[in-house]
Amino acid sequence: MAPADQQPQPSATTPLLSIRNIAKSFGKTSVLRDISLDVAAGEFLTILGESGSGKTTLLRIIAGFESADFGEVWMAGERLDTMPPYKRRVNTVFQHYALFPHLTVFENVAYGLQIAGRAKSEIHQRVTQALVRVKMSSFAAARPANISGGQQQRVALARALINQPKLLLLDEPLSALDANLRRQMQIELKSMQREVGISFVFVTHDQDEAMVMSDRIALLRMGQLEQVATPREIYRYPATAYAAQFIGHTNLLRAEVKSGLARSHSLSWSTSLPDGPALFSLRPEDIRPASGAASAVSFRGRVKQRVFHGATELLQVESGDLLLTIRIAGKEQTAGELQLEFFTQDAVLVRESAVRT
Amino acid sequence: MFSRTYRAVITLPPVTWVAMFLLVPYILMFCYSFWSVSSLQVIVHSCSLANYRELLSKSVYLQTLFRSMWIAARVTLFSLLLGYPLAYYVSFQSGKRKDLLYQLVIIPLWVSYLVRAYAWKTVLGSDGVLNTLLQYIHVSQHPLGFLLYSPFAVVLTLTHIYTPFTFLPIYASLERIPRNLIEASHDLGASSWQTFRTVILPLSVPGVLAGATFAFVLSLGDFLAPLLLGGPSGIMISNIVVSLFGAAYNWPLGAAISFCMLAIVVGLLFFSERLEKKWSFR
Repeated sequence: MAPADQQPQPSATTPLLSIRNIAKSFGKTSVLRDISLDVAAGEFLTILGESGSGKTTLLRIIAGFESADFGEVWMAGERLDTMPPYKRRVNTVFQHYALFPHLTVFENVAYGLQIAGRAKSEIHQRVTQALVRVKMSSFAAARPANISGGQQQRVALARALINQPKLLLLDEPLSALDANLRRQMQIELKSMQREVGISFVFVTHDQDEAMVMSDRIALLRMGQLEQVATPREIYRYPATAYAAQFIGHTNLLRAEVKSGLARSHSLSWSTSLPDGPALFSLRPEDIRPASGAASAVSFRGRVKQRVFHGATELLQVESGDLLLTIRIAGKEQTAGELQLEFFTQDAVLVRESAVRT
Repeated sequence: MFSRTYRAVITLPPVTWVAMFLLVPYILMFCYSFWSVSSLQVIVHSCSLANYRELLSKSVYLQTLFRSMWIAARVTLFSLLLGYPLAYYVSFQSGKRKDLLYQLVIIPLWVSYLVRAYAWKTVLGSDGVLNTLLQYIHVSQHPLGFLLYSPFAVVLTLTHIYTPFTFLPIYASLERIPRNLIEASHDLGASSWQTFRTVILPLSVPGVLAGATFAFVLSLGDFLAPLLLGGPSGIMISNIVVSLFGAAYNWPLGAAISFCMLAIVVGLLFFSERLEKKWSFR
């Protein structure tokens, strides 16, 4: 997985897609506020956010189904937001697939080529190829109503890729599938993206999905970007309290820094921060049973509650008036009173979320 | 869910109603069509195909039947040409005024048919609004005679009356088209016109068929518009049936003609139902 982290280097070359200061409101509700975001060629970028965060609106602005009130969208040196959707070299996989019910699987995939006025033999060849790639050849003559959700998903993907777009937009394409099929499609989608080498902009509310698939995640909250980073970075070094809580579990420690020492309730550790209040995120797996390491912050805690997850176990631990969540290996034996420790570098300084409400 | 007696009790009244006032009259009419009228104006209950033979041999009946179908076909065509664009506009382009426009299309249905037919009489007559206007602006010196008491007047009036009937099913079928299909079409490079041709039109075929069937069947059996506005050249088959059941007192022949019309209509409904099924994809 290591190379995936270094794959996108937006600064090295000019980005494929450049979103600049996009703002949008519906009536009095401001949906997007000053969004700027770059997508590199060949990158898998996920726009992650809760419902109502504006993620779908942002996608629709790129596709051309909505127009922004302010800002610009550029793609490969070309102004995109002033073009009608049918002229953009961008294709979309819709949330509910939006396959044409009156056309067969073959005709659905062929639609883009038909519209472009390609020769019959070329259409036949390319559609056949595309159907092989998504393993739907044997359903070429079926109508969308007669195939399953996962199969519709594959047809929608083949249809969107047939015109060889520079950028593919995916609007929660997996949300209608059940959990197992969903995991399988995540891996298929990701390998498909590597194979075709097209930039994907993927919208989801599922943080696991975002972590599994993305080169980078853009975390959106109430129309503003909280953080844009690789999955590792955003997990390891969340920029805001919201990012820390939305992606994975965390313990938020509200601390007061005074002459090189951060103090939160009964815990205290050394820091290079200036004096004043500070907020730290400490992941549950970064707190573990004490090993006696000299550099670790050690404390005693009492187990209040335990939730078994198989490979790991989440414990609610009380230490003084602090309630912490810790994650330990599922095999470990734990009794009522524990000696615990964490390393100071794992307590990551986070900002309060920037969102104005 | 419900007990048998309960179901029987609640279905009995409508079933009786339909049987008494629809099924029984149809059966009676079917019987009448084989009987005849004696020279003493008495209905003779002896079966023969004489009425059907007369219907096929006398050109006035067939001619009128064909004229009625031709009028109905034109009414259907014009209602579709008016109703489709209107439904398209209200469904896709009207924005916030959608409900208002929809109501405006429906309101004429609340006005009595007779009033609307008479209204056209005052518009098209030789002293009517249209002729007065044409003479006033010197387009014509004399009142134009063909405007009223002609098949033209009948087609015009029936088109006016039945356009909402084509509008409604077309509008309903357009409303049922998921909007993301239209976005998907644009997304794949289709212009608005291409999207209309390849996505919207095929998916609205069931509505068009239902609307066309309404317009054709309803105008084929119409007798008020030709009576009020048709004149001798605009007579339709129902006018003949009315006179056969009235002044001419030949119920058997009237029944035979009615039965032929019923057969045509049922055949048409059957055909359009089959087509509609073929064109619906849900």
